[in-house]
Amino acid sequence: MLELATVSLLNGIVYGLLLFMLTSGLTLIFSMMGVLNFAHASVFMVGAYLSYQFARWVGFWPALVIAPLACGLIGAAIERYGLRHVHKSGHVAEILFTFGLAYLIEELVTMIWGRNAVANSVPAVIDFPLFSLFGSSFPAYKGLMMAISIAMFVFLYVALKRTRIGLVIQAALTHPQMVGALGHDVPGIFVLVFAVGSALAGLAGVIGGFMLLTQPTLANAIGPIVFVVVVIGGLGSLGGALIASMLIGILQTFAVAIDYSLLDALRAAGIAVTRASPLYDFYSIKVATAAPIVPYVLLVLMLIVRPRGLMGKRDV
Amino acid sequence: MLEVDDLHAYYGKSHILQGVSFTVGDGEIVSLLGRNGAGRSTTVKTIMGTVPPVGSIRFNGDRIDGLRPHEIARKGLGYVPEDRAIFPTLTVRENLLLGVKSTTRKGRWSMDDMFALFPLLRERADAPGGVLSGGEQQMLTICRSLMGDPALLMVDEPTEGLAPKMVALVRELLEKIAARGIAILIIEQKLTIALAICHRLYVMGHGRIVFEGNALELRADDSIRREWLEV
Repeated sequence: MLELATVSLLNGIVYGLLLFMLTSGLTLIFSMMGVLNFAHASVFMVGAYLSYQFARWVGFWPALVIAPLACGLIGAAIERYGLRHVHKSGHVAEILFTFGLAYLIEELVTMIWGRNAVANSVPAVIDFPLFSLFGSSFPAYKGLMMAISIAMFVFLYVALKRTRIGLVIQAALTHPQMVGALGHDVPGIFVLVFAVGSALAGLAGVIGGFMLLTQPTLANAIGPIVFVVVVIGGLGSLGGALIASMLIGILQTFAVAIDYSLLDALRAAGIAVTRASPLYDFYSIKVATAAPIVPYVLLVLMLIVRPRGLMGKRDV
Repeated sequence: MLEVDDLHAYYGKSHILQGVSFTVGDGEIVSLLGRNGAGRSTTVKTIMGTVPPVGSIRFNGDRIDGLRPHEIARKGLGYVPEDRAIFPTLTVRENLLLGVKSTTRKGRWSMDDMFALFPLLRERADAPGGVLSGGEQQMLTICRSLMGDPALLMVDEPTEGLAPKMVALVRELLEKIAARGIAILIIEQKLTIALAICHRLYVMGHGRIVFEGNALELRADDSIRREWLEV
């Protein structure tokens, strides 16, 4: 039991940190510009594909740097040449724009790399057991993922709290016009935030690509979870995004590992349930089978109990 | 220093400013008076570039209409909005730091000058801006704009909703700023301090300038006051 718990906890943390890398960028972009960027998960997918491609051409380590930078440039271009022009037409137009972009990216990726998953396996340089715990080994690439995620969180925190540009960003969250009137280039800051957010999504894509299948449906597989995390954490809150990411990462990993059903719980409590009882099929669903719906259940509960999310400042 | 000539502005289809012309000279305190809806705030926002201008705005001889707000601010215009726009989650010190436009060029005003002008800011330096009282926020927002070293400071309704003691402090602060040679454009509806400190004034109504003169002339002109100012 302890073994299962420790391994699940480690895997949950790795998954949670990956989710955080994705959501931190999304929530920053949302809180500054009021745009829920539906193409964010697509940039994540592009990061996975680019790292696969560059790893084949120039090796894994350069790819780890090149892919996020390329994603950052793509993000900057999306803001500068797309969103900025759509912005005049209001939020609906912005959302439709990012929504359409997500489809466009999916089709482009399919055209370039095909409909099937590419062989984006863990590179040999980081595919060795880092340490072993209760007989099962913890692979080095997961250690690398954790290290990168944590380094990124520290970087974001320091950049936001300790630098002048971070101050400008924080101020622009609540009063963009005033920040402009004080002589700071707010549109320029928007491009920067979009670029950094997209680069983080790309970075998450590089290391998330090994864990999940690198195929054109990758964006659709991860996108909904990312939005769940953002809403649960509170729109626009970095701290909330971190907590919600870890919460969902760990909960979901544990749920997958639990091989019991409601039926077992009822029986353990001494309540007799037979095949003839109403809802027998429902009781007999194993928690592991229901794991994928855990985040959405949490989302619904959160929206009922506290619509603003864990650390959000305004209601959704 | 500031020359506004035949300025028009629109919110959607409404024609808000209908040909506003006025000037502010070097080191001058000028008031822009009028009732709510006369177009005073819109005039200042249009000068700052947050509302698109139609017409000519010159600052120190350069056309600034059509520039973006941060470019206009960097030319030396300071703007203190009616809602004060304090960054509520940032500390008083951080609010002041954000007023500085460039880290390479040193302005005339330092953080210590601000603390000297209004000592309470030093006491509250590490408190979030959002917890200050209305009057304290007003002092903070003026000081924040000063940190950007403006040559002209435009202040929208600086005394609105303040207790008499705070009004006196705000007035004193504006006079100290003017004494350092900075021009001030002050917008007021209730004439709480404008008449007492301004050199010249304009009265606005229906998006136009309807009177130009000084405080004495305005006091003498009952009809203008009745028609355009008194509520």
